[in-house]
Amino acid sequence: MSDVLHRVRMTVNARAATIAVEARRTLAEALREDLGLTGTHLGCEHGVCGACTVLMDGAPVRACLVLAVQAEGAAIRTVEGLAAPDGTLHPLQQAFADHHALQCGYCTPGFLMLAMAMLEENPAMEEAEMVERLSSNLCRCTGYAGILAAVRSVMRR
Amino acid sequence: MSVIGRSVPRLEDPPLLRGEGAFAADISFPRQLHMRVVRAEMAHARLLAVDVSAALALPGVVAVWTGEDVATIPPIPFRATKLKGLEPYCQPILARGRVRYVGEPVAVVFAENAALAEDAADLVVADLEELPALLDAAAPPRDFDATHATEPAILRKSYGDVEAGFAAAHAVLDLDLSIGRHSGVPLETRGAIARYDAASDTLELHGTAKKQHWNRDEIARLLGRSPTSVHLFEGHVGGGFGVRGELYPEDLLVCLAALRLRRPVKWIEDRREHLVATNHSRQQRHRLRAAVDAEGRLIAIDNVFFHDQGAYVRTHGARVADMSAGLLLGPYAVPAYRATGHFRLTNKTPAATYRAPGRYEGTFVRERLMDAIAARLGLDRVEVRRRNFVPVSAMPFTRPLDALGTDVVLDSGDYALLLDKALARFGWEARQADIARRRAAGESVGLGLGFFVEKSGLGPSDGVRMSVDPTGVVELVTGAASVGQGVETALAQIAADALGVDYRCVRVVRGQTNRIEFGSGAHASRVTVMSGSATHLAGLALRDLALGTAATLLQAPKESLTIVDGMVCRADGPALPIGEVARALAAGTKLSRERAVPGLTTEGWFHSDHMTYPYGVHLAQVALDRMTGAVAVEHYLVAYDVGRAVNPKLVEGQIIGGFAQGLGGALFEEFRYDERGQPLSTTLADYLMPTIAEMPPLDVLVTEDAPSPLNPLGVKGAGEGGTNAVGAAIASAIDDALGNKGLVTRLPVTPREVLRLLGEIEA
Amino acid sequence: MKAPPFEWHRPATLAEAVASLAAVAPQDGRVLAGGQSLLPAMALRVARPPHLVDINGIAELGELRVEDNALRIGALVRHAAFHRPVAHGPLGALMAGVVRHIAHWPIRTRGSFGGSLCHADPASEWPLVAVVLGATMQAVSLRGDRLIDGPAFLRGPLETALAPDEILRAVTLPLLPADAHWGFEEVARRAGDFAQAMALVVLRMDAIGRVAEARIGIGGVEAVPRRLAAVEALVNGRLPSATLVEEAGRAAAAACDPMEDAPYRRALVRAVVSRALASAAMPQALAA
Repeated sequence: MSDVLHRVRMTVNARAATIAVEARRTLAEALREDLGLTGTHLGCEHGVCGACTVLMDGAPVRACLVLAVQAEGAAIRTVEGLAAPDGTLHPLQQAFADHHALQCGYCTPGFLMLAMAMLEENPAMEEAEMVERLSSNLCRCTGYAGILAAVRSVMRR
Repeated sequence: MSVIGRSVPRLEDPPLLRGEGAFAADISFPRQLHMRVVRAEMAHARLLAVDVSAALALPGVVAVWTGEDVATIPPIPFRATKLKGLEPYCQPILARGRVRYVGEPVAVVFAENAALAEDAADLVVADLEELPALLDAAAPPRDFDATHATEPAILRKSYGDVEAGFAAAHAVLDLDLSIGRHSGVPLETRGAIARYDAASDTLELHGTAKKQHWNRDEIARLLGRSPTSVHLFEGHVGGGFGVRGELYPEDLLVCLAALRLRRPVKWIEDRREHLVATNHSRQQRHRLRAAVDAEGRLIAIDNVFFHDQGAYVRTHGARVADMSAGLLLGPYAVPAYRATGHFRLTNKTPAATYRAPGRYEGTFVRERLMDAIAARLGLDRVEVRRRNFVPVSAMPFTRPLDALGTDVVLDSGDYALLLDKALARFGWEARQADIARRRAAGESVGLGLGFFVEKSGLGPSDGVRMSVDPTGVVELVTGAASVGQGVETALAQIAADALGVDYRCVRVVRGQTNRIEFGSGAHASRVTVMSGSATHLAGLALRDLALGTAATLLQAPKESLTIVDGMVCRADGPALPIGEVARALAAGTKLSRERAVPGLTTEGWFHSDHMTYPYGVHLAQVALDRMTGAVAVEHYLVAYDVGRAVNPKLVEGQIIGGFAQGLGGALFEEFRYDERGQPLSTTLADYLMPTIAEMPPLDVLVTEDAPSPLNPLGVKGAGEGGTNAVGAAIASAIDDALGNKGLVTRLPVTPREVLRLLGEIEA
Repeated sequence: MKAPPFEWHRPATLAEAVASLAAVAPQDGRVLAGGQSLLPAMALRVARPPHLVDINGIAELGELRVEDNALRIGALVRHAAFHRPVAHGPLGALMAGVVRHIAHWPIRTRGSFGGSLCHADPASEWPLVAVVLGATMQAVSLRGDRLIDGPAFLRGPLETALAPDEILRAVTLPLLPADAHWGFEEVARRAGDFAQAMALVVLRMDAIGRVAEARIGIGGVEAVPRRLAAVEALVNGRLPSATLVEEAGRAAAAACDPMEDAPYRRALVRAVVSRALASAAMPQALAA
């Protein structure tokens, strides 16, 4: 039964994508292995660390806890879709650089997508709410101070 | 204005922000196989047989190996602190005869994809006969094998007359202190991708970190190859913290498989594996006795400790225990000292270094002692520390001890000055008064501190190669490595400062063994000091060469020229782009014939016999929830003197991030085991790393009062000071909230333990 | 950490789902709802269902509406739906308060109310809410629909009254009267972690400020969440006070029977019950 491949059509960063995957393939694996979008990272594969956070129909999800087949018809957004086509960083990405919100950069794509979802839901979020939302993801390098500062700076715009 | 000392933006960030990083799992090669490791499920057992037939029968499985298949490969060697007698305790790349911890590799499967490899690994059956598990390093040693006991070594270091000190003591303190088992746990797990290129007879290993050159040499030796036929490559590295980049069994297994199977082989550790396979750290128990005089001055310390090494001795040898013995005394002058370190094996994951190794432990122990002295003699806790400091007038201070194979010579430091600055910044006095009011109202609140001396810049040598190309771009090739801390930016700043170019024109090449023959990697807070100094010297030499060449080209006195922003210029005359100077020195030019090597290129080497010793103090304010035992850290300050900060923002980032890890070890993180040695912390829901919600209000004070006299930049390492004293300061503050009775003797301090210490629940 | 292979079934309607589950239930087929507990268990290979009946495509399971003085919650309504009050009055506010304790936001966008009840983790929040508020579960199978009340539904850790071929269709929660007061308190090691102890208290007061009706439940401590009748009896008829809060906490600690580490968990029960009661009975006093 592992030989059965399912066809999945979705849009990824506003482009149509069609893949054929085993049912057990997670969305994160499909993005990385089938679509070559390795910016979505896997830090635990059991839904705790948040490194694989992407937006699915606008909502932040753990891409390791969604099956690729469940993304049929969905609009997926990943870190690769944030910068402008010419490479210009999105203001949120620029804020991460300005506030030293990353060191090794492994958790960064997940935090960027989480923060994007925060911005889109409520661009004037209170500090306590920001902390509650950002507590979804783990970072092992920065101690979070720069991440919070970066998100706060974009919220204020 | 020099670019050193400025918080310029990191060169590393743009690709990482765009999702264009190249971490281990992002690297793939055509025709690659995936390796999956079958791991022991018992903590201690006789390995009677391994049945691989069902796994081999699964379509898509290419090979399955057990210990017999790799019996010719020697075990993983040491690169550090090779005490006599440790060799029998090295880890084989696959177990044979016995398994000694849950997670020990017993077989490997190679298959067409990762999921299939995992399916096949499930079908491998190891026939195990369980043996009693030894889980307490302070318990009497047992048999490791037929001829060796589980205590490979006892480390001894001492100076002065300890017994006389105790005989003359006004008071003797006797403490029993333990540090819990925790570790680095980077967000990226380990990974290794090996490829054999038959056309050039070259073995490549990707996904490497930290110690590429040493690892290359050892991989070559263990596999019977020339080091020049093995290349290690470093891409992006998702955090190191001491655990990543050591030579592990999996690194050798993928290399061996690439050679034998003639296909690229990829291994990506999963998180559950990581938590049982990658180095643990920290677990140690100290029986500490100290003699003090009536003023609270230390006369003698007797430091007996039990180091829980886990099941095997890995690449670090006895390094953590060595540092726990050699660096315990920190900032204090102690007339007599004796350390007896019982280096012992248990049936747990092998242990090695983790950020501030031996010092996180030692600072907790030493600072608990300082609090205990204050309590016993009725002295102020701050005053006791002040009285025992090595004074600034005694610097450099030679301590008759060694650590990491070098004599401990504290190079510079004004400990009292930093303590004063930190207390003022923290508002210690005002907080004391506030705490007193709150206690009167029934709250359990307290203040704590931990003073410490770090070490950094481990020698002996480091070299870089620096070149300017005709476009004016500077290439700096270094054998240093990056684990994500900002190495490229810091080295580019140093290079740019010395040469006179924009730091953004410097391309830093690190972690590639095919680009430079020598390297020491990134560990022990050494890169800024060692590679940075080598870069500085190379930059000065290159500048001199550029100026001399330009003097010829411009027909101007060399002394009249300077290099600013990549232009060689004189005050009133023409300017020449540095790239043009490089062009004039290119191979085949007239000028190049006057030099041994063509090109605007040079090597810089820096040598150092001694480490530099940054120092700091952590101050904490906590409140205990008397009903739940929760510890709320209400305010925290890290004050740290780094001699000179190359990039203050990066230094601050190191401190804050390091603090978060220290906080984990103080309050949350612990690898726990059941009574049979089954690990209980095997997911990130069980191994509790702090989230942003656990971070307290944190203040950072970086000072530059004591530049190191040992290097041309005056720098000291910044990577470990944020971590070092967190356990000490938090324990001190909790103990203060409990009435300063010396009740806090163990890290991490869990809510349950707090409730017990509060007398709210029974043990 | 890859899940073992399985066969994926994607019914478009509830009827199809019921038929599909009936066919695969004898072979340990299981329902896949939000997947935020089942998929990690499969990745860790502690769950190995050979068939998954994925109900995420069934629109009717996403219904969320008030009718007949009750809130009807389709089994697939995501936790995040409760971030803002879904009903007027105390019930919507209560659920908006409780939902913030469930894991983290990206889990809440996917994990479902019904899935949480069916998973029946003792440390989960919704089962406690269901028990304290008197929820009714509507299950469906080829044999038809049946109603199960909260306490009967939750049988033990990870164990419910659902038969292997039954699907939870919806949950009905009676609306709380406008004058109901509530308090929820939870202890977890870190933000978003599973509860080590939690308490939900719902009170109605009489005209002179005495507790007319108390509902006090705990979760995360015993095999299933439950109301503590002895504590409710202690509180009923009393005027809220610091003394009452303290007494109730102690009574709850005495009344509970923790699955593990009893002294510690009892201490936590005392804390969460007294604090939840205080926040329900005297929010101003608590704030002071």
